[in-house]
Amino acid sequence: MAETLLRVTNIVAGYVKDLPILKQVSIEVKEASLTLIIGPNGAGKSTFIKAIAGVVPVTSGKITLTGHDITGIRPDQMSQHSIAYVPQSDNIFRTLSVRQNLELVLRKDRAAPDRIDTLFMRFPILKTKQAEKAGTLSGGQRQMLAVSMALAVKPMLILMDEPSAGLSPKAAQEVLQLARDLTTEGVTILLVEQNVNQAMRLSDHCYILAEGRNQHDADAAVLLNDPIVGEIYLGGKRVPAE
Amino acid sequence: MIQSLTDGILVGAIVSLGAIGLTMVMHMLRFANFSHAELLSIGAYSALVFDALFSGILPSLANNIGPLSMTWALILSMLCAMAVTGLSAVLINEFVFKRIREKGSELSMVFASFGVAMIIRNVLGLIFGLKSQLYSNDIVFAVLVSSEPQLLIKPDQVFVLLAALLIMLVLHFVLSRTTFGYTLRAVAENPSLAEVTGIRLSRVIAIVWIISGLLAAAAGVFYGLNNHINPVIGRDLVLPIFAATIVGGIGSVFGAVLGGFIVGIAANMALLVLPSGYSPAVPFLIILVLLLVRPHGLFGEAET
Amino acid sequence: MMGLVSYLVFFTTIASILAIAVLGLNLQWGNTGLFNGGVVAFFGAGAYGTLLLGGTPQADHIGGFDLFYPLALIGGAAAAGVLAWVVGRLTLHLRHDYLAIATFGVAVTFENVMRNAQGLSGGAKGLRGFTRPLEAWVNDGFSYNVLFLTVVVALLICTYWFLERLICSPYGRQLRAIREDEIAARSLGKNPGAIRLTAFITGSCILGLAGGLYATFYAFVSPQDVLPTLTFQLWAMLIVGGAGNNRGAIFGTFLIWGAWTASGWSLARFAPVEVQLYTGTMQFILIGLVIVGMLMWRPQGLLPERLVVSQSGTKKLN
Repeated sequence: MAETLLRVTNIVAGYVKDLPILKQVSIEVKEASLTLIIGPNGAGKSTFIKAIAGVVPVTSGKITLTGHDITGIRPDQMSQHSIAYVPQSDNIFRTLSVRQNLELVLRKDRAAPDRIDTLFMRFPILKTKQAEKAGTLSGGQRQMLAVSMALAVKPMLILMDEPSAGLSPKAAQEVLQLARDLTTEGVTILLVEQNVNQAMRLSDHCYILAEGRNQHDADAAVLLNDPIVGEIYLGGKRVPAE
Repeated sequence: MIQSLTDGILVGAIVSLGAIGLTMVMHMLRFANFSHAELLSIGAYSALVFDALFSGILPSLANNIGPLSMTWALILSMLCAMAVTGLSAVLINEFVFKRIREKGSELSMVFASFGVAMIIRNVLGLIFGLKSQLYSNDIVFAVLVSSEPQLLIKPDQVFVLLAALLIMLVLHFVLSRTTFGYTLRAVAENPSLAEVTGIRLSRVIAIVWIISGLLAAAAGVFYGLNNHINPVIGRDLVLPIFAATIVGGIGSVFGAVLGGFIVGIAANMALLVLPSGYSPAVPFLIILVLLLVRPHGLFGEAET
Repeated sequence: MMGLVSYLVFFTTIASILAIAVLGLNLQWGNTGLFNGGVVAFFGAGAYGTLLLGGTPQADHIGGFDLFYPLALIGGAAAAGVLAWVVGRLTLHLRHDYLAIATFGVAVTFENVMRNAQGLSGGAKGLRGFTRPLEAWVNDGFSYNVLFLTVVVALLICTYWFLERLICSPYGRQLRAIREDEIAARSLGKNPGAIRLTAFITGSCILGLAGGLYATFYAFVSPQDVLPTLTFQLWAMLIVGGAGNNRGAIFGTFLIWGAWTASGWSLARFAPVEVQLYTGTMQFILIGLVIVGMLMWRPQGLLPERLVVSQSGTKKLN
């Protein structure tokens, strides 16, 4: 049985202190798993990821990573805890070149050139375009760069916010497959997605959020055929608020 | 006319150095810092103090370098003044602007910067006196470079131009070739993404203040060398420096440099047609025209 | 004793005139959120305008229309309004930091032009040739000053009353809406640009009125009266008193003006002679510290903005 890597317990969080978007959400993420978070619009999925990343302030509750308390860390402290975060949009520096983006992330790493070469082996297109400004890349290429920036620091846990957003179905599939492949290499991935079907097929466990609360969770294989998913999305079923 | 152009370029170099720091701070912190120009005064006066100190300790340092009125003591003093001014800038941010930002709005910081400017200007006046001073009492003659058209240039002016360009070149190198430079550019482009990639924003902000202080100090010393040192350097240069920043586009270092030269040249060329009393108003006219025609300047981002 | 009363009359007159100016500034900044870094230009427009319209003809500059005084005063305020219209059309749509720089530049330019345009303003030596209204009728200097004070205070009360009514009116609600959230206001069909402009012009006219009264009191105005430092002093009065609160504006004015004159007086009285030269310097340091300190400690001012209830919540039962 895999260890629990990330444990989130009853967090209440929001951009403004008195207006919480998340109202006591809890999840458990097992090591080297691909855990998926889905839910209708406005459910708070993005906010949830941001709360773990430290981008959105947490009012109450606890977040632990391998037993260490990481509740309310500053976003720049994530790398110290071996966490990487890939935002949904604006996730690369457009005015820097592809290579400079990676050099920036690896600025404290003496072996940066080697690390960059390794990343280029995984993503040859980035090597071809390494001298070009990142803003000139296509959507799919930008996503690849964003993911390689996250991978560069060899994180234990990667938080991904809708990585397939705005991509062609083929590119979306590639990104999600990449996430799956990473877990076989030992990386743990927490994924927020709108692309429910594609993502569920590749995930291990899945949580459904709506209205800032947990609604349901189960292994992805089980949920694939469970009508409860549709019901939550269409608003028929809701966990009663306390 | 060529005299005006040349004078404009020489003044422009000083304005550019002042504008670079301001454009970086304004872009990052989104407030019009009316006290930035006072950093030039702090630099000029600090150098005066250090110069007296070094010349006193080691009189041989006080010899002029070649045809310049510049001395080794003054060069050393300028470096020390840069350190002092950089430190002042970061301390003012830490103890004043940061606290006000937490309590109030961005506009509170603008008022506060008026207040800080008043305080700095008058404290300098209190300490050093209200009269103009000079680094050196030697009379330096301008060299007649050409007589038809007439062109007079002081060796000091050439030195200032070259030194300013050197400083800008070094800064350009740092910004475009070092990972530290990438860090600054990343924060300028997208601060929240920068934070996510592990960059500590508070440190970068402090560094930007220090850099703006360093550059302002150099500009202040250069101004003092070519003109004179008095407590109102800041008051006199605040509009030209703002104009340069706006012309170049807030956030663009290259724009600030270009803007500085444009403002310097325009202000001097305007003297050919306007009576000299009106010259303080020229930077404002430049600002007004820019804001009407192209508000985000030459290289700034278009803002809503 | 007479000297003290006389001084108090003088003090209250100037303070009241400045209070009118700060009320105008409060309309622009406190109520509408407009940053006017060039306050002194509108004050100056009123001052110069009133003297030019109401003065006797002089050899070296225009003006001297010798208008009936109330008309000259209104003319001065109108001149400020026209300047505000021009400046407003050109700059009000700018982001707040650009607006600060632009309006500051207006003030610097105004002082610069007044200092240099001999034919318009008398240049550096200023405008003279103005006789104060009714001065010939009231022989006693002290009685005249009391009369002047009465008029000024009456105008202050009228301005205060006018602005208080304005805040409670639908127009006042619009101002607050625009100040708080312009995009929302626009979506409700309001035209923020036009509303801001009218607030800016109205505030500037009030500033011009104060300027006119100031120039009338001294029967003289010069570029020295329109330096950026006056902008700074008026802002200090508003910040200390409380932006968004008209009573705060008046209170702040009297407090700061009192502190200014008291510090000037005590420095002149008690400081050694060598330091006297630096009286102004020290006063500016003090006022700078007051502004910065206030913003760090209590940015909303001593009398913060009160929540305005423009319609009572009680409804009649149907």
